[in-house]
Amino acid sequence: MGVPRFWREIPNRYNLIGTKCKNCNKVFFPPRYICPNCRRVGKLEPYKLKGRGKIYSYTITYVPSNGFEDQVPYVLAIVELEDGPKITTQVTDCDPNDIKIGDEVEIVFRRMGEEGEEGVIYYGYKARKI
Amino acid sequence: MDVGIVGYGVYIPRYRLKIEDIAKVWGADAGRVKQGLLVEEKSVPGPDEDTVTIAVEAARNAMRHARINPQDIGAIYVGSESHPYAVKPTATMVAEAIGATPNLTAADYEFACKAGTAGIQTCMGMVEAGMIKYGMAIGADTAQGAPGDPLEYTAAAGGAAFIIGKNGGETIAAIEGTCSYTTDTPDFWRRDMQPYPRHGGRFTGKPAYFKHVLSAAAALLQQLQLRPQDYSYVVFHQPNGKFPLQAAKELGFSTEQVMPGLLVTKIGNTYSASTLLGLAAILDQAKPGERILAVSYGSGAGSDAISLLVRDAIEEKRNSPKVLDYVNKKIIIDYSTYAKFRRLLVK
Amino acid sequence: MREVAIIGVGLTKFGELWDVSFRQMIVEAGAQAIEDANVDGKQIDAMYVGNMSAGQFIRQEHVASLIADHAGLVPIPCTRVEGACASGGLALRQAFIAVASGIHDIVVAAGIEKMTDILTEQTTEALATAADQEWEAQIGATFPGLYALMARRHMYEYGTTEEQMAMVAVKNHHNACFNPCAQYHMKITVEDVLNSAPVTYPLKLLDCSPITDGAACVILAPAEKARRFTDTPILIAGSGQASDTISLHDRPTLTGIRATTEAARVAYKMAGVGPRDIDLAEVHDCFTIAEIMAIEDLGFCKKGEGGRVTEQGETALGGRIPINTSGGLKGKGHPVGATGIAQAVEIVQQLRGEAGKRQVEGAEIGLTHNVGGTGGTAVVHIFKRGD
Repeated sequence: MGVPRFWREIPNRYNLIGTKCKNCNKVFFPPRYICPNCRRVGKLEPYKLKGRGKIYSYTITYVPSNGFEDQVPYVLAIVELEDGPKITTQVTDCDPNDIKIGDEVEIVFRRMGEEGEEGVIYYGYKARKI
Repeated sequence: MDVGIVGYGVYIPRYRLKIEDIAKVWGADAGRVKQGLLVEEKSVPGPDEDTVTIAVEAARNAMRHARINPQDIGAIYVGSESHPYAVKPTATMVAEAIGATPNLTAADYEFACKAGTAGIQTCMGMVEAGMIKYGMAIGADTAQGAPGDPLEYTAAAGGAAFIIGKNGGETIAAIEGTCSYTTDTPDFWRRDMQPYPRHGGRFTGKPAYFKHVLSAAAALLQQLQLRPQDYSYVVFHQPNGKFPLQAAKELGFSTEQVMPGLLVTKIGNTYSASTLLGLAAILDQAKPGERILAVSYGSGAGSDAISLLVRDAIEEKRNSPKVLDYVNKKIIIDYSTYAKFRRLLVK
Repeated sequence: MREVAIIGVGLTKFGELWDVSFRQMIVEAGAQAIEDANVDGKQIDAMYVGNMSAGQFIRQEHVASLIADHAGLVPIPCTRVEGACASGGLALRQAFIAVASGIHDIVVAAGIEKMTDILTEQTTEALATAADQEWEAQIGATFPGLYALMARRHMYEYGTTEEQMAMVAVKNHHNACFNPCAQYHMKITVEDVLNSAPVTYPLKLLDCSPITDGAACVILAPAEKARRFTDTPILIAGSGQASDTISLHDRPTLTGIRATTEAARVAYKMAGVGPRDIDLAEVHDCFTIAEIMAIEDLGFCKKGEGGRVTEQGETALGGRIPINTSGGLKGKGHPVGATGIAQAVEIVQQLRGEAGKRQVEGAEIGLTHNVGGTGGTAVVHIFKRGD
């Protein structure tokens, strides 16, 4: 991914900092730089999401992308957060066959990947069933 | 000394490996191993967990418990012997993840299994000196034990974070005093670039663990003019179940004073987190006015003894997840899954 | 705006073309189209090439120049168009706009992808770059994984079954058997699909389109000049393109592709037709669930009934609305940048009555539907016989 590309998103990846439009009150994660609803009259400010939500859809990945081989099979989900936005996230610490749409989850801090054994380690968010 | 604990938080990974499963792989008699170590199962970090993620979970729980502004944290020290980076502090990632950056000092500590209590002592000094308002000390490890080594039965994972501040309405326990005992005793070590530690077998007992633990504890009791019966609880570093029970006995503590903080049976030796997790389990149930003695041990070797007096505020801060919640919430895995999670398989 | 017609088509064999290079493929498809259109190279004014990722697949960017050069068409303007798996469809639309606007007369729209020069894992990773790298791919989302999220939600909301999805693959493999250019000439059963290796639940290996090399080419001309070249010009009656959020999670629904609905609305309006007027369609079945959603989004059935109408054979050859007579991406193969053009080639052959054993009798109006990524881009074209 490249160190700067990861580094500049650390607040978002570690702490779910998104943006909220002061004009329409809609919350965005990942952050947006213009409100797609209000456009020029919108005003976006940083907003920390609460990190709780429900599983909206999920899949169990058996054939992973590079860097995720050690975690197969893993659950990838779209989670609808209480603050509004939906995010794509892995579901950790679970039996993949025990996941259902509607399950309540919380966001936790996990290791996402690394640039090989010598490179930097990427940390970020995953979901865990409550 | 006018400092105390403002809040604490813990984390133990969910996965457990049973002693029977390890014993089976190496042809050992599981009953004998369990009896010898007083350990039944050990915690195992998931494939996406390491000392940083464990430290962050514990630190976040501590922040929720303490109910303080993260910007008021002036120092973070993370003690571990399994920092994922040799150079690049775990403490920086923890600071970022709890929103304490950028106006603070931070560093990683290493003193085998006692680096967490060393962090507490550092924070105590800084708070007492007025350098910082709050300091956070964390002990966290994903302990290494070479496959087939006796350490493999106990090397576990967990973390605990303590926030230190001036005594006042918000401190849940006052720290009455601390005493350390340090010598050059090579009972257990890991050379640079080596994946697993080596140890001196039975040499880790009498001249190492017991000598240091008993000396530090005795020195503190002497300093504070207190006796074992003045304490409701005592917690020691827990490399296995037998050592802390024997240390308690030699100092004149009863088994009842040890049991509330004795976690090794269910989760194994969590190294830098071991003493601190035991202390947290005690605080989970302690009442105002009760006194606790905590004595860590780090190979190499040294012990830090800390005496605490529980305060009223503890009753107002019972919101955090309890140590026993984490101990009891578990997923049992087999040895091959453990090998996969711990990257023991050579690819 | 001028009326635009397709006067010639060319298509390479699709498959793992170990002994054929990128430049050989594009020359082969182009030469066929030029032969079919009976144009002279000197008459060609411009070229648009759909290509998703030569940079990743063969470490070659600037393929427009390479293609113009090796096609012997220097110095005509040649432009590469990229919209992930919709690159071909976008190239067709750019060529259409160029001719319709009057800027150019004879324009080539081509598509090409050489995907097998690297390892399968590398190809998979390259394809995943069509998704949001920061907030999907780096989270662990694979490209099939994102479609699986749509499939699981479609199952949840509408009761679509894994068997119904399997039937899409069975049908498209059946059709591919009648297409000489198709990658697979292999009939499969529902059980074969259900028992194939799990890729990303609920999708199995045979729910997924394959990795394919291939190139396709069509030649466009103003309708008023088309008859100079061919007796059977095929008019491009409608063209619509739409975008949507790059990330799947930012969409209000996962059970359809909004860009498809919007692109179809524009294309239907331009052509002055509706879904009921379409005789056959080539839709973007990169995964079986994608065809089910496509036939719903294009209006061939109600939302949620795509699985059921597939099960009832309405989309089979001889059915109410034959879908993917070529074999689709699933059976014919999916050289990503070429797919949008290859779809047009199939419709042209069908409307000309040249589709052999897979011919839809009396076909007059056909539709192509090409999707980029998980639906961040969609392009729909409607074709009519020009006679």
